Amino acid sequence: MSGTSLVTARERALAVLGGEPDDQTLGRYLHGIPGVDAVGLEQRAAGLGTRSIKTSSKKWALDKIISLVDLTTLEGADTPGKVRSLVAKAMNPDPADPSTPRVAAVCVYGDMVPFAVDALGGAHGDPDDGLISVAAVATAFPSGRSSLEIKLADTAEAVAAGADEIDMVIDRGAFLAGRYGQVFDQISAVKDACRRADGTSASLKVILETGELVTYDNVRRASWLSILAGGDFIKTSTGKVSPAATLPVTLLMLEVVRDWHLATGHKVGVKPAGGIRASKDAIKYLVTVAETVGEDWLVPHLFRFGASSLLNDVLLQRQKMTTGHYSGPDYVTID
Amino acid sequence: MSFLEYAPAPESRAILSLRDQYGLFIDGEFVEGRGTPFQTISPASEERIAMIANANAADVDDAVAAARRAYDRTWSKMSGRDRGKYLFRIARLVQERARELAVAESLDNGKPIKESRDVDVPLVAAWFFYYAGWADKLDHAGLGAGPRAHGVAAQVIPWNFPLLMLSWKIAPALAAGNTVVLKPAETTSLTALIFAEILQQADLPPGVVNIITGAGDTGANLVAHDDVDKVAFTGSTAVGRAIAKQIAGTDKKATLELGGKAANIVFDDAPIDQAIEGIVNGIFFNQGHVCCAGSRLLVQENIHDEVVERLKLRLSTLRLGDPLDKNTDIGAINSREQLERIRELSDIGVAEGADRWSVPCEIPENGFWYAPTIFTNVQTSSRIAREEIFGPVLSVLTFRTPAEAIAKANNTPYGLSAGIWTDKGSRILAVADKLRAGVIWANTFNRFDPSSPFGGYKESGYGREGGRHGLAAYLTPAPVGQAAVTAGRTGAKSVSAGRAAAKPATAGRRAAKPRIETKDAAKTTRSATPAKKGAAK
Repeated sequence: MSGTSLVTARERALAVLGGEPDDQTLGRYLHGIPGVDAVGLEQRAAGLGTRSIKTSSKKWALDKIISLVDLTTLEGADTPGKVRSLVAKAMNPDPADPSTPRVAAVCVYGDMVPFAVDALGGAHGDPDDGLISVAAVATAFPSGRSSLEIKLADTAEAVAAGADEIDMVIDRGAFLAGRYGQVFDQISAVKDACRRADGTSASLKVILETGELVTYDNVRRASWLSILAGGDFIKTSTGKVSPAATLPVTLLMLEVVRDWHLATGHKVGVKPAGGIRASKDAIKYLVTVAETVGEDWLVPHLFRFGASSLLNDVLLQRQKMTTGHYSGPDYVTID
Repeated sequence: MSFLEYAPAPESRAILSLRDQYGLFIDGEFVEGRGTPFQTISPASEERIAMIANANAADVDDAVAAARRAYDRTWSKMSGRDRGKYLFRIARLVQERARELAVAESLDNGKPIKESRDVDVPLVAAWFFYYAGWADKLDHAGLGAGPRAHGVAAQVIPWNFPLLMLSWKIAPALAAGNTVVLKPAETTSLTALIFAEILQQADLPPGVVNIITGAGDTGANLVAHDDVDKVAFTGSTAVGRAIAKQIAGTDKKATLELGGKAANIVFDDAPIDQAIEGIVNGIFFNQGHVCCAGSRLLVQENIHDEVVERLKLRLSTLRLGDPLDKNTDIGAINSREQLERIRELSDIGVAEGADRWSVPCEIPENGFWYAPTIFTNVQTSSRIAREEIFGPVLSVLTFRTPAEAIAKANNTPYGLSAGIWTDKGSRILAVADKLRAGVIWANTFNRFDPSSPFGGYKESGYGREGGRHGLAAYLTPAPVGQAAVTAGRTGAKSVSAGRAAAKPATAGRRAAKPRIETKDAAKTTRSATPAKKGAAK
């Protein structure tokens, strides 16, 4: 999966903002966006959560969820062996059923990228073509508390090692202090660092860490800011802060993506990450995507689940639909 | 197949055990009506559900007589705490049989199961729980110590929220100590009759609640009955007006909850996505069969086009169809008659020059259906901006300033509800202060709670339902002097006790008499209650 060009992104931002992306221009723009009513947003999300997805729709949804998962391991204890195990699971989620789709990507720390690329071998590639991408978290993940130079080096190294997607974190401190220009510039610079020698670019996911932004108004502004700065995806969370992804937050981000598409014709992806463990919950997200931005968005380059334990629950549900009875945790593999 | 064409997810009808014929519920028993029975149908398929008895004048006499007997002999003498026990029991039984009630309601009324399941039935239970708590606290209802019930309440309810309107009527009436004769709407009697079974299950003393079915003449007979002390009606303004005339000059007390043409005002700084949801919920909830529906959208002119465009996008995701499917958003119109009225008024809208847009959706072959519709380019003088359509039809008008929004919102013979959408708290307060409507929602719409009074201005009726005010509508202050006895008995060392004592002459013979009887009756009921508890499954 490849990212859009930085030049196009910048031109688009200038056209939308009507000026240079400094603190003042961005501040005026972001604070001019209509507010969010928390009660109404949560009510709408809860309403979408009551959709009843049964039989053929459920079967379709379970396969779709698997094909949209970024299978993730982000631990201090990660080793090449752990990453190889994760990759094997990504390529063959259910050994008992070869018709099970592959996941979209594996998501690892930057230094684990070479092992992931190596383990994937011929399966490494664009998930839109049925292959598996390698995503790397970068920019002093998860806190983002580091100098820009280090963040850029972190990014460039992962891209050079073969990462197709970079999951960066925004500087929440700068955002909350109103230094929107700084956040914008950092995202632009990281996007520039995503460029490969051949001129193509790794896709950039911008993590807002919504659990630290706290208010829905902040989430909406940070979403616009990240999209303006050139993010190909906006992602809820690192998974290291609670609350991580929630349905209302994801709905809100999807609404921004929808409005951006209406305004510019350009499509941006959304990735809820962290906290989605059950198939039932994941199906609610699919419903929310389909009813907010449309079914077109349910493809790997426009929607992902950042998750680890979700996959096995989906596999159990899938086995139940095929065989008619529930198995148990020993009938799906650990990675 | 597209994912958005969700596979059918029908709620099972197996939970229902309907009878083929339903009688009238009088004096704790189902009895045959003496009028010509009529059938109740499912508006979604026009299939026959059951035959419903029709109460003639003699049946009305019987029902009122049963209510009077129950009032005189049992209910007026029972302690508030014991009345509360019955109400709590009814509330719990409603919860236990929630799914059954929801399925029956959707089947008979045509509303989507997700609304009957998530809104109507939970609110019904909430209403009984809420007023159950009031039953022994009537001294605090705002009428001074020792307020008294009116006696027999005649209650006539509409077809849009059959069971919910029943609870709005019965719960406060019983808590206050009245007995009840209730007539559900002709097209939606089913859940009231299932509710009668719940009353039997709860072992409510016979005659305390009587449910008689029939058409308009049954209701008219009931309201006109000489032995009725209180009339509570929810329905159209035309019928409400007739009732007001009918009971004028009598001692009957009345609360009327009638029509509406609510303004939903959207300012340009509104939280736009939530406002769109609120507009949709305001007018398309329950197919627009809501007296407080936000049927007039007043949108600030500078965001008119954006709002209409977003609204159309959102409406395109609404799912119209089988009310029993859990994914249905828009159910069936309740009756052919109502469908005709919606069509007629919509055609008038087009003839008057407004632009009609309807959701392009498939309409089922049988049953009564109307696709969600928006009219733009509507003027304040248009009939679709003046008259209550009572269907899924929204009229969009514009305004320029808050003052103009207020003026347009108030420029209606009705005044039941209104909505305000803005991010500015001070504007909410300033505008709400000037709107002449009984209920005003800010950044939300169509939210109900038993503790919140509901009712209208002008032609939307009088009196309030819900909350302490809704309770007070079923009470009358104690005759001067009697308060003293009550206050003394309950141990409240209140000023009223002293004041009453200073006027012994006015205490009268009625003051002390019921007190003794009440105590006795309370005792008997208390001992009877636990013994029969096993019957209430």
